[in-house]
Amino acid sequence: MTLTVEHTTMPVLGRLPIHSSRAEQVAHIAEVARQIRIQDLKLVHHAGAGHIGGDFSAIDILATLYGAVLDITPDTVTDHERDRFILSKGHVAGALYTTLAAFGFLPVEELATFLKPESALNGHPNRRKVAGVEANTGPLGHGLPVAVGHALSAKLDVSLRRTYVLVGDGELQEGSNWEAMMAASQYQLDRLTVIVDRNRLQQGATTKETNDLDPLPDKAMAFGFAVVEVNGHDHGELLDVLSAVPFRPGKPTFVIAHTHKGHPISFMSNNVAWHHRVPDAAEFRQALTELEAVGRPRYDREPS
Amino acid sequence: MSILDTSIADQPRYDCRDAYVETLAELAHADHRIVGVVNDSVGSSKLNSFRKAFPDRLINVGIAEQDMVGVASGLANGGRIPFVSAASCFLTGRALEQIKADVAYSNANVKLCGMSPGVAYGELGPTHHSIEDIAWLRAIANLTVIVPADPVETAAALRWAAASDGPVFIRVSRMSVPKVYADDYEFRLGRAITVRSGDDVTLISNGTVLWRALAAAEQLAAEGISARVLSMPTVKPLDVDAVVEAARETAGIVTAEEAVTGGGLGGAVAETVVQHHPARVSILGIPEFAPTGSAGYLLDRYGLSPEGIADSARQLLKTSS
Repeated sequence: MTLTVEHTTMPVLGRLPIHSSRAEQVAHIAEVARQIRIQDLKLVHHAGAGHIGGDFSAIDILATLYGAVLDITPDTVTDHERDRFILSKGHVAGALYTTLAAFGFLPVEELATFLKPESALNGHPNRRKVAGVEANTGPLGHGLPVAVGHALSAKLDVSLRRTYVLVGDGELQEGSNWEAMMAASQYQLDRLTVIVDRNRLQQGATTKETNDLDPLPDKAMAFGFAVVEVNGHDHGELLDVLSAVPFRPGKPTFVIAHTHKGHPISFMSNNVAWHHRVPDAAEFRQALTELEAVGRPRYDREPS
Repeated sequence: MSILDTSIADQPRYDCRDAYVETLAELAHADHRIVGVVNDSVGSSKLNSFRKAFPDRLINVGIAEQDMVGVASGLANGGRIPFVSAASCFLTGRALEQIKADVAYSNANVKLCGMSPGVAYGELGPTHHSIEDIAWLRAIANLTVIVPADPVETAAALRWAAASDGPVFIRVSRMSVPKVYADDYEFRLGRAITVRSGDDVTLISNGTVLWRALAAAEQLAAEGISARVLSMPTVKPLDVDAVVEAARETAGIVTAEEAVTGGGLGGAVAETVVQHHPARVSILGIPEFAPTGSAGYLLDRYGLSPEGIADSARQLLKTSS
């Protein structure tokens, strides 16, 4: 199946000017997130593979980070002093590629190559092939240690650059995360922020049924983190929390973003079947209709 | 390189970790990007003096090898040049996936230093032996694998690694070895060194076993057998030309290494010979979980003594004629 132009028509919305009001920023992020979901839905449907459930639980977090939090632009993507974002749950690569395209790091047309032979857009991200990817993730439990290493490098440099890492909640069952959290706390890496995509579902079951993580906030606190819980689909909450770190001097931050896999599609949301199911033609049309029905926010000024 | 007047077996012996820490400190003085990363292995890596000189630049993540290698990758992302120092058995076994994904596949500029490799931990047993490391790491793309033979080559390989951009694994021996190389030796990636010329048979070796191969060649010479000794510090990328030349010009090849007999230097040589110039190859190494014994005892037990290597060469010559 080939992708036509119609399937890669996402506008590059970019970021708003830095002096935009919070309301403008939030509205803008919401619209970018909606566009990313539409594009990601097309991506997965036409590639016939992907992890749409996890993509949709993480997209609001990604859109907020790239839209208004991270100090990275397509022009500064190799700057030593850029903020770093590491996607530890590498299987939502589709969401990352689409987000990078929405903010101009990746040509939108390139999304049409997703998972195709020789494409730079592999099922898991490759920093050697895609600008904006910081680490080649995919096996779980790798991103957090890498993020700790980067945060340590910033501390050695006496630099203010920040490190953000997005981990899945099921992923926290990997012990390497907890090794890294101990080190982050020992080295007082307060410019490191761990964001947990807390959708409470893993590949085939709930986290509770599998290897329950709760009480997750208590565990993170016991490992020396300042812990904040947010609605992971509320762009205002995400923006406020992710731009306000650190909350406690000397302590790394642990943001538990409560999300739903497949959000906000009626038949996908919070449904374990959509971990890596691919929508058929009817499901694709319905999901698209639902996403297009969400009202476009109005802008007082053009995005930059 | 040196052709010594007296037997190599009678030369003074050195622990390569001393050359390691001395060179690392020298490199760190010259380049602020260089940092050490350890898993509580400060003492076993002999890094106490480094920690004293560069307290902020020795990162100890505690006993956590997966985190250690991931952290090194992140440090490299931030522009640092991390030298990870940890017992080779734990570094390569416990963090193998991090070495593959975070270092090699991510092309992170990380230098992995496998301390006390092979059977250096002797009586501590197979849990602490690191005889599989070369085979495991040789299978990983975009990762250079170096096994220095003496303190001079250890230092030279470290200097080369610091100046090169990309993932490197270097074994750093604990078991004392005599100097094989002259002090002005310069490491060249992927190049074998003919440390002794010969036409009858070729001995290919590296690491702690190289001097034993040289001593074996001395014994063979006394019997009128001319053994070529090739030092092969770079297991990956292998010097294919030198191996093919040896296969063509001598009656056969004996490989000798402080590692398993499958997939290491011997495996690399055999793969090369089979594809380019079929010849007899004898692979010496440690083919099983070793019994209790000191490092020296175990090397001797598995035919990695000068006598054992010479025997293998004689055997090969006998069966090939």
